[in-house]
Amino acid sequence: MSTSAIETKVKNIIADQLGVGEDEIKPESSFIEDLGADSLDIVELVMAMEEEFEVEIPDEEAENIKTVGDAINYINTHKK
Amino acid sequence: MACTQIIGTGSYAPSRVITNQELEQRVDTSDTWIRERTGIQERRQAAPEEATSDMAVQAARRALDMAGVAPEELDLIVVGTITADMPMPSCAAFVQAKLGARRAFAFDVGAACAGSLYAMSVADQFVRSGQVRRALVIGAELLSRVVDWEDRNTCVLFGDGAGAMVLSPSPTPEDGRGILSTHLHTDGTLADILTIPGGGSRTPMTEEAVRAKLNTLHMNGREVFRFAVRALVDSTQEALASHGLTPGQVDHVIAHQANARILDAALERLEIPRDKCWLNLHKYGNTSSASLPMTLDEAHRAGRLQRGDVIAMMAIGAGMTWGSAVVRW
Repeated sequence: MSTSAIETKVKNIIADQLGVGEDEIKPESSFIEDLGADSLDIVELVMAMEEEFEVEIPDEEAENIKTVGDAINYINTHKK
Repeated sequence: MACTQIIGTGSYAPSRVITNQELEQRVDTSDTWIRERTGIQERRQAAPEEATSDMAVQAARRALDMAGVAPEELDLIVVGTITADMPMPSCAAFVQAKLGARRAFAFDVGAACAGSLYAMSVADQFVRSGQVRRALVIGAELLSRVVDWEDRNTCVLFGDGAGAMVLSPSPTPEDGRGILSTHLHTDGTLADILTIPGGGSRTPMTEEAVRAKLNTLHMNGREVFRFAVRALVDSTQEALASHGLTPGQVDHVIAHQANARILDAALERLEIPRDKCWLNLHKYGNTSSASLPMTLDEAHRAGRLQRGDVIAMMAIGAGMTWGSAVVRW
């Protein structure tokens, strides 16, 4: 999967999970501060990404995923 | 082989209500925060003089009444609980004495929030084998005495209560009604994500242990959430598939009321509409092993369960323990 395909897919998942428009989703957007997510939304987001990309995101790593860019980077680095 | 049938249900919730607003006064939390993350609006708290077996007996009497079974007719009492009256003897022994169920042998099952599902499965095996004709299954929990009332992440979640069901061999085996199967699982490698670490042989209840609050419930909420959603989905799919059933054929979901968000996420993955899942955690919070039989009793007494309906039961708890059951009502 290409980097841009991953980015599009991650944004789709975020839009779907958080119920926000894709135009609001920018790499620097913070899930909690900008996109209105709560702590469990982020857990669910991480789960949805794990299922979509078949990666495992350990809890301690998940805690560092705070922005859209963090999520895209994580998948880019760890997707097999 | 003839199925075991659930011939009576009962539940009991203590009268004292603790609202989210009351908790706002005790810890740094808010009604909105609790409702959005858990779906809980209030929970019940047992009276100071009440112990777990007292609540269990109340629920049991209601279930026995409905079933038309006298306590002396019971052969077996299984109580799912992690908050028994005392470490020894079992909660079930006190229940047996209070009911006057002289003939019944009685013991507890420790599977935390999955306790009543485990207890139901154990009792089901005894009934199927013919060793037992009348079994009383209870989930009873007094969690308000083991939560840390200064930990806002856990004290808002839990409540006290009891639920019960009476099991019997199906009087009409030809109609295929009853507990079709139970599917239990455990992953002890995850023991540390949900514990009451003190008070056992590892760390006996010393003054120091109590000061460190090791006698209270500790939880890694994120890990539990993630694991719970997937485990409930897997075991429910396994249970349904073993009878050639699809999620679309499920009429009711009777689930351990852990957290509305966990249930939403699991139901979405199972593709079972949310309105098929009976919810009462807004009123009672997470009552651990009590929640599944309390929920079943509520749905039953509300007239929602029709003869022949397919019920998917699911529960998850510390251990981690989890499982599902399929019941044709």
